Amino acid sequence: MYDAAIIGAGVSGVATAWQLSHYELRVALLEQCADVGFGVSKANSGIIHAGFHHPAGSLKAKLEIRGNLMFEKLQYELGFPFRRDGILVVAFSPEEMATVQKLYAQGVANGLRNLEMCGRERLLQLEPKLNHEVVGGFFAPGGGTIEPYRYVFSMVESARKNGLELYCGFKVEHGAFDGKHWTLAAANGKTIQARYVVNAAGLFADEVSRNCGAEDFKITPRKGEEYLLDRESPARPRRVIFPVPTKTSKGVLVIPTAEGTTMIGPTAESTDDKGDVSTSADRMKQIVAQVRQMVDGISARDIITSFAGLRPALETEDFYIELSKKAPNFVQVAGIQSPGLTAAPAIGEYVKDLLRNAGLRLVEKNGDHTLPRRHEIRHETPESLAALHQDDPRWTHVVCRCENISEAEIIEAVRHGHTTLDGIKFYTRAGMGRCQGGFCSARIMMIVSRETGIPMERLTKKGGASHLLAGKLGSMEVK
Amino acid sequence: MINLQTCDVAVIGAGAAGLAAGAECAARGLSTVIIDREPLAGGILRQCIHNGFGVQYFKEELTGPEYAVRITEAALAAGAELKLDATVSEIKRLPDGAFELLILSAKDGVSRLTARAVLLAMGCRERNRGNIATPGTRPAGVFTAGAAQRLLNMEGMLPGTSAVIVGSGDIGLIMARRLTWCGIPVKAVVEIMPEPSGLPRNVVQCLHDFDIPLYLEHAVTNIFGRERVEGVEAAPLKNGVPQPDQAFRIDCDTVLFSVGLLPENELSCKLGVEINPATGGAIVDETLQTGVPGVFAGGNVLHVHDLADFASAEGKRAANGIVRYLNGGQKPSGCRVTAGANLKYAVPNSFSPGTKTEFSFRPLIACDRAVLEAEQNGSVIWRKDLKFIRPAEMLNIELEAGAGELLFNLRSKE
Repeated sequence: MYDAAIIGAGVSGVATAWQLSHYELRVALLEQCADVGFGVSKANSGIIHAGFHHPAGSLKAKLEIRGNLMFEKLQYELGFPFRRDGILVVAFSPEEMATVQKLYAQGVANGLRNLEMCGRERLLQLEPKLNHEVVGGFFAPGGGTIEPYRYVFSMVESARKNGLELYCGFKVEHGAFDGKHWTLAAANGKTIQARYVVNAAGLFADEVSRNCGAEDFKITPRKGEEYLLDRESPARPRRVIFPVPTKTSKGVLVIPTAEGTTMIGPTAESTDDKGDVSTSADRMKQIVAQVRQMVDGISARDIITSFAGLRPALETEDFYIELSKKAPNFVQVAGIQSPGLTAAPAIGEYVKDLLRNAGLRLVEKNGDHTLPRRHEIRHETPESLAALHQDDPRWTHVVCRCENISEAEIIEAVRHGHTTLDGIKFYTRAGMGRCQGGFCSARIMMIVSRETGIPMERLTKKGGASHLLAGKLGSMEVK
Repeated sequence: MINLQTCDVAVIGAGAAGLAAGAECAARGLSTVIIDREPLAGGILRQCIHNGFGVQYFKEELTGPEYAVRITEAALAAGAELKLDATVSEIKRLPDGAFELLILSAKDGVSRLTARAVLLAMGCRERNRGNIATPGTRPAGVFTAGAAQRLLNMEGMLPGTSAVIVGSGDIGLIMARRLTWCGIPVKAVVEIMPEPSGLPRNVVQCLHDFDIPLYLEHAVTNIFGRERVEGVEAAPLKNGVPQPDQAFRIDCDTVLFSVGLLPENELSCKLGVEINPATGGAIVDETLQTGVPGVFAGGNVLHVHDLADFASAEGKRAANGIVRYLNGGQKPSGCRVTAGANLKYAVPNSFSPGTKTEFSFRPLIACDRAVLEAEQNGSVIWRKDLKFIRPAEMLNIELEAGAGELLFNLRSKE
């Protein structure tokens, strides 16, 4: 029997689990995918928003601003890549400038004290890569970038160190409350019992809610395509660059990622397919054209890969985080689209408070939530690499040449439970560089197979039926 | 502890070019260290288990691994030192003009190698799906042709059960035949250009002989499948634009990309070597010295060759350049070389008057009869009739010219 079961190991479920791991509780985290953060949380812009995009009084604005302030402490404890280099919102016409002024005023109304209105000269000083036709804009120094999967992985790692129990491949199909506790049943026949349930199922929060007899609402996926540029792209800006927003999105951005690459995107397009993360030629052209208006040095030739993510949008456009009015001891955490990544640490706190109000007893635990510093050879000096080699020679065996990742880092990923090629990529960056795994995928597969005992032909890209290979040579009949 | 070592020549990459160069440098009495990331020397030759190698360089037809062993043994016999399973992670030029390489390996840990000259012989990487931004989903089952070749020929693993190959580069063509032999039907090879980009002999021996359909002037416009590839959509191109009304689906669980090679010049850029956008490789003089004194380049890292033999020959020429440089030879005061009509590039980018120089070109046209002309000071000083010109086949000539800029033009005689 668990005190709480959290459905969905995306950023909001994980942040909730991390909060709860600070108390004397038995908590289960249930994830339908093969690894944590494999849904909405892995495929987004990785922005830490500054707090000016949403109106005062909205739950989004409140949790975004609170969440934003928590990142230095989180990074100190968990060590994920995070940079607070600031956000620029830029206008290229007097009409756009009017929107910029409204956004600035909204930020001020939200309590931001450090926003800076900028003329053209000041903007170009802050960001020399900007198109010189820029008219004006503002600077939000509190904004930044993060590696979203690393952030999710590290919260899970810290929470598991403090007792969290993680179940991957657990797709909740049905939930029932018998007056005392919930029984959650998975597609694979497994069941889990818990006194409280948190529905943080992302794109599937509406289905989970319905299957648990809670509120009826609809999540409409809104697709965003993103394109990643080569590390050496001369167009990499110093700060995140936003255009003026549209009604349904914050617009197409130029993002200097926390790990030194450049990303452009996302689009915003509603779809009714929760599994459709395909990209399209038209959207790519559209994105490149739009970002080139802001940073003219961007070239489609520098694209090394693309992906799409789905925002779990609600009709209200605000977060929906409250105790269910229909189902007892059931907290809804739905509609967590942008600025969900920023707000997540505050969402975790908020959900914890809702659970306490609903009667969950919280007794602080004397745990250690800090993760040991991870070694990444790309950040080590030759001297420290030599010392690492003394401990384990695999620290100086380079597996991924583009991003400079060692065999020891791959093994650490495996030991932390990441056994799919995508999971290892997100944990280590191996395969994320310019050759996109052309050279290292085979080596990584062999390491994973050796470390886990999983035969090569059973290894997957991202769980399920995403097998990487068909079998051994000689195992197939020649027709 | 950081190991320290000094040598005359550091060769980065133990493939067809690096091994040939290392053998030559060592044979000429230079202390030579050849560094490679792989546990075995030979580079991509190791996974090319087909024949057709060595006819030019060894005057004998060999398989890739045979060629690799032969050229590795030659380098070792000449006295070159091989550092395998070792990665050059940093390289810089020291104030005295020598070079310092930081090398990581599981065996030796961290080493600093100081060398008087460096040969860049890192070869190429494959362009991939991301580089050509092929739309669609991102399932398992998408490989570059070379990555699939490695899995199959070195690890003994089958990449899938039915395949479509995007692009008609040589590795893709070779893999079409290899997959067929393994019982994996190849449903189509899809090429955007009107001509195959691989060698004609590979088109015949790898596609025609197995009745594998080749769709020229077609593009793969979508990839389907959420977990594993389920198929692709292909469409004919009209003026380079896919025609959606004529698009068709091909079911398969594997997609291989063979859409060109990119010289791996990340280390060259760390040294400040200037890159020629036409080749993706360094700008070099006729001794194959780059703009940075003491840094030479040869093989696929300089420009993409169609035969390993040519890469080896070029590596050997770079070795000659290194010997000359280390013996105090002055940097040649070169005259410029320009690729003119119907030529994608010319290598080298400069030459010395009165010196016999080998030039390599990549044609932009396909025709059966053509003439290559060298023009200097407004008049044609040399010409050569050529047969069967294809973009897939490199042109190599030898020429001695006087002072003045040299302009090469290729003209069709059809």
